[in-house]
Amino acid sequence: MNWYKYSSPSAFYPLAGKMIPWFAIPAAILFALALYIGFFVAPAMAGDQNQVYHIIFIHVAAAWIGMFLYVLMAIYAGIGWAFNARLASMMASSLSITGALFTLISLITGAFWGKPTWGTWWAWDARITSTLILLFLYIGFISLQSAIDDPRRADRAGAVLAIVGVINVPIIYFSVQWWNTLHQGATIRLLEKPEMTGPMLAAMFLMLAACWLYSIAVVLIRLRCIILEREQNAAWVAEGAA
Amino acid sequence: MPPGWRKEQPESMNWSEFFSMGGYGLYVWGSYLTALMVLGVEVVLLMRRWKSCKRINRDRD
Repeated sequence: MNWYKYSSPSAFYPLAGKMIPWFAIPAAILFALALYIGFFVAPAMAGDQNQVYHIIFIHVAAAWIGMFLYVLMAIYAGIGWAFNARLASMMASSLSITGALFTLISLITGAFWGKPTWGTWWAWDARITSTLILLFLYIGFISLQSAIDDPRRADRAGAVLAIVGVINVPIIYFSVQWWNTLHQGATIRLLEKPEMTGPMLAAMFLMLAACWLYSIAVVLIRLRCIILEREQNAAWVAEGAA
Repeated sequence: MPPGWRKEQPESMNWSEFFSMGGYGLYVWGSYLTALMVLGVEVVLLMRRWKSCKRINRDRD
């Protein structure tokens, strides 16, 4: 199988169309399963005052996906710039919107967590501030791209911003270790016994998997839109192969 | 079943208790509603964009 073939938008377009249901349907199933386990199996601690913990399933998943999609966006933007691969640049544009929305969800759910546990909706704490900067980087990338008419120039300008901004991701990740923050330390550490119980951990990882599959599905749909919009003058689109 | 996986909630647990979330209902449901709304808006806007893309394409034929 010649994988290089799929680096061309015309070849990837139908492949993406076939892939979408394979991500969208499992995403829906895993969302339902994560919520069921999170709310009906995990409340072993029901009755005590810790029910606010239900927020972390969606909060942690959204925060991880928001950071991960940024790194992925920067990688695709970089590939698109370095190898002049327009499909990779289109992928970066497609990722930026979903990434920004997950970052927004992590900030808002974080505020809903902060109010009852720390007594404040917002604090200029290292992790919260660096996550807000992540959202601004996404917004900057999206507005920069939409401000430039020539798509390839927009891709290059976006790539510079995305790659420079990647430095912010390790800052978010290590912020709770480097600075004394209001935000608690990592709940899950590699190679260490987690503090969460079985079903809570399961609900969190299922939510993470669901958000990940959801992201792949919507990013592929948006990628297909971007391909059609940008390549509408290309012969394969005009001929109705799409 | 490993420990922690048993349903340990009391038999008397009812829906109003469930929705109150031990007094944290506003925060817990606020979080999940926000997530649902943000992702819902994303899906609706994306579907609209998809329809208009397909229309541009069809108009060329």
